[in-house]
Amino acid sequence: MGSSARLYLAIARGSFRRYSTYRAATLAGVFTNTVFGFILAYTFLALWRARPGLGGYDTSQAVTYIWVSQSLLITVAVWGGGFQDDVQERFRTGDIAVDLYRPVDFLGWWLAADLGRAGFQLLARGLAPITAGAIAFHARMPHSPLTWPVFLLSVLLAVLVSFGLRYLVSLSGFWLHDSDGVRAVMLVVAMFFSGMLLPLGLFPDGLRQAAQVLPWAALIQVPTDIFLERSTGSALLAGLGFQLAWAVVLLALGRAAQLLATRKVVVQGG
Amino acid sequence: MALIELEDVARTFTIRAKVGRLRRERREVRAVDGLSFTVEAGECVGYIGPNGAGKSTTIKMLTGILVPSAGRLRVAGVDPARERTRLARRIGVVFGQRTTLWWDLPLRDSYDLARRIYRIPDARYRANLDRCVELLELGPLLDTPVRQLSLGQRMRGDLAAALLHDPQVLYLDEPTIGLDVVSKVRVREFLREINTVAGTTVLLTTHDLTDIEQLCGRVMVIDHGRMVYDGGLDGLHATGRSERTLVVDLAGPSAPIEVPGARVVKVDGARQWLAFPAEDSAAPIVAAVAAGYPLLDLSVREPAIEDVIARMYAKVPIG
Repeated sequence: MGSSARLYLAIARGSFRRYSTYRAATLAGVFTNTVFGFILAYTFLALWRARPGLGGYDTSQAVTYIWVSQSLLITVAVWGGGFQDDVQERFRTGDIAVDLYRPVDFLGWWLAADLGRAGFQLLARGLAPITAGAIAFHARMPHSPLTWPVFLLSVLLAVLVSFGLRYLVSLSGFWLHDSDGVRAVMLVVAMFFSGMLLPLGLFPDGLRQAAQVLPWAALIQVPTDIFLERSTGSALLAGLGFQLAWAVVLLALGRAAQLLATRKVVVQGG
Repeated sequence: MALIELEDVARTFTIRAKVGRLRRERREVRAVDGLSFTVEAGECVGYIGPNGAGKSTTIKMLTGILVPSAGRLRVAGVDPARERTRLARRIGVVFGQRTTLWWDLPLRDSYDLARRIYRIPDARYRANLDRCVELLELGPLLDTPVRQLSLGQRMRGDLAAALLHDPQVLYLDEPTIGLDVVSKVRVREFLREINTVAGTTVLLTTHDLTDIEQLCGRVMVIDHGRMVYDGGLDGLHATGRSERTLVVDLAGPSAPIEVPGARVVKVDGARQWLAFPAEDSAAPIVAAVAAGYPLLDLSVREPAIEDVIARMYAKVPIG
């Protein structure tokens, strides 16, 4: 294994362990996700009883949609957070300057840290809601065992896309001094366009097509459809390709923004 | 061998200020203005000046995170801004008010990460860590999460983290700020050790002049971006026209003493304070006092370096 790979692995592992030290927060989070899962699952049940087959989902798929999205919410950081909190804090305190003289790539550092975080939160915050859903609502579990690894791959891609979006928001701090405002706007946009509130297929014409090509769809909608085995065959590949394409584009944009930001700090003095 | 070389280095910042309702004015501020100095390998140099004098700007340029507007700059054979990453492997940086340690994890994890970041070979990593742990008494702290460490403990932890990769130069920005007396002494002892035994070049900024008195053979004083003084501590006294004080106890109250070479600055009953230039000998003054007055007791007070430097800052017109 190369020395860079070992470094990034050490960062990811440290980040995983760091999140595992917040035990009370994790427990509270699991509880909240599960309670919200129940509330939303009952809401969806009522909705699908009134309109069976809405958006092409049968009732059991609709309820499962809720539990999968509750399990993914924190892992793919729909609301923002994770390394964003750290970077924002480092802007406030000026520690961001310290980061620049370390011989480590800024993007690589935070990406590794965020993957470590996502790994922890998938286990700690993801397992309980989906289990509760499976027991209490007979959630629709994947029929094919192959769906599980493909779903996990899709979650990984979702985290990459989410990181790409959050990284750009964080870097706006180099120009705006504080990325809080941008972050608040992004939270609303992400809630709406990720499929967290409603499956994107339920949106009216026009809005639906737009939502389905925006990067936020990669966060919840795409992996959940893979879990529900609605996307199979070429649709499955298209979903993964869609996620991969956005991940590549956003990380490239992040890399470019980082170059500009570093130049701004180093040349203009912040 | 010169490890740090600055030749006529300047750094200006453009500040935009609002003037009136819509107009904005651009103003140039010279944070560093034609700075030249050289630091040889193995030196320990104190870099001092009032707030806003340009100390941090200099350090930022020396670490490569700020490009100079003019002049030439080399550290450990490297142009810092152009080869920041390469330089980073040759320098160590400790900011008293910042930490590079991993806040929620045991100290040990931060060191393990440093090993990966700087690609330190195993044997060297172990030897350096052992030495730091012993000198800084970090043994019992290695498994404590950083957030639970006291400020002094954290500072010691940061010092070790900055030295694991054997940097040629160590920059310290106020390493003793906020520490209690015991912690300060410990940090100073450690810095002396790595400077004299390991031969690491040290550049230190501080507001605590005891740091400098105890560690640095050389002091550079900067104000308004310019070098005001560069030399030994003794020379600082001469340049600052500092004075020593002779305190005499007479048999009873008397009129102010009149002797050549000294003047009375304070009288309190039978006790009088006489000031004389720091570089003059006290002996003839004592003899003159003893000859003309009923002298019971006396003591000589050395000038406080704070006063000397305060006088030096005051000499430069403000604005």
